[in-house]
Amino acid sequence: MISFFRRLGQTGLSILEVFGRSGLILVQSLIVWPSIRGGVPLLIQQLYSIGVLSLVIVVVSGLFIGMVLGLQGYTILVAYGSESAIGQMVALTLVRELGPVVTGLLFAGRAGSALAAEIGLMKATEQLSGMEMIGVDPLHRIVAPRLLAGFISLPLLAMIFSAVGVWGGYLVGVDWLGVYEGSYWGNMQDAVSFSDDVVNGIIKSVVFGFVVSWIAVFQGYDCMPTSEGIGQATTKTVVYSSLAVLGVDFILTAVMFGSF
Amino acid sequence: MRIRTVEISVGVFMLAGILALLVLALQVSGLSFDNNRKSYSLYAKFDNIGSLATRSKVTIAGVTVGRVTEISLDNDEHMGLIKMEIDTDVSNLTTDTAASILTNGLLGEKYIGLSTGADEEYLVDGDVIEDTQSALVLEELIGQFLFSEVNAEE
Repeated sequence: MISFFRRLGQTGLSILEVFGRSGLILVQSLIVWPSIRGGVPLLIQQLYSIGVLSLVIVVVSGLFIGMVLGLQGYTILVAYGSESAIGQMVALTLVRELGPVVTGLLFAGRAGSALAAEIGLMKATEQLSGMEMIGVDPLHRIVAPRLLAGFISLPLLAMIFSAVGVWGGYLVGVDWLGVYEGSYWGNMQDAVSFSDDVVNGIIKSVVFGFVVSWIAVFQGYDCMPTSEGIGQATTKTVVYSSLAVLGVDFILTAVMFGSF
Repeated sequence: MRIRTVEISVGVFMLAGILALLVLALQVSGLSFDNNRKSYSLYAKFDNIGSLATRSKVTIAGVTVGRVTEISLDNDEHMGLIKMEIDTDVSNLTTDTAASILTNGLLGEKYIGLSTGADEEYLVDGDVIEDTQSALVLEELIGQFLFSEVNAEE
């Protein structure tokens, strides 16, 4: 009985410790960031490996999800004779929900896992402690550019995803199924408001970018410096950030669209 | 050379993101920068506005010429007071213009249809359209129908 409480306390304390360490890493790597002059090339390098290399998977999945939405929406709406509403359905679904969420999940799988593995391997091969030895803070040199690149990339990727998805819906709805083009765009423009829908979607993607890159960087930085530890860190990154994206999405949706 | 390729592709990525934002703003949500497009406002009072909402269309002969911008209750007569913005291109609406609330299809959204008359004078900014026809409320229609059936049987 005593040992149960002891273990409970230990688990609770270690969870608190993890939160504390991750918060410290975030604060320490971001606070001193603007003072570094040579930071921009590092940031560009990370924007390339995090953002540009994720572009293909985001564009392809955006296209297919838009096409599936168009097809599904058509088969449902045609029963009510209102297949011209397909444009607003596709656009609202993408801009409000699927754009940020699916991009966040893809980003966690594509870029988050790579981040965690990269930093974890640096730790396991003692590159990080080597840097500290020569007086370079790895939090500024390694962690900060990756965090910032994640914050910047995910909103951009989410917007590209939504735009490509709307075009995919257009391909299926208008070109293939013969919905009138004017009502596709017209209904969409009537229904989607920039300040409510598009901006809220962008806010969501900013938050997801923050959450996913924070989790990835922390898991890599905090992993056990063994090959097994790197594997665990990669897995945890994908699992935790996917769960975090979905959970945070519910809260944000409730705040943004839940006021009846 | 390799650094240059990286920089160029990051630039393309950034541009693609901004382009996507522009597409979402202009094409998807129909945001227009000429927000101060010239328009003038007209008012109309209806007995029942049904489910008319702000941003609903105002049409003449099916062509959209304006939008509903404000809905309020006229507290003296207990009628729905609609304010609508009409493009200044359409400045020759006669004073006996009629406004009716129509429905797009059986279940579609409500909009206002204007039909012009034959008067010599034109409506100007701030005028009230006198001749109005309320929204068709399906429940009331069914109620009337049932009521007349009962009356006929007696």
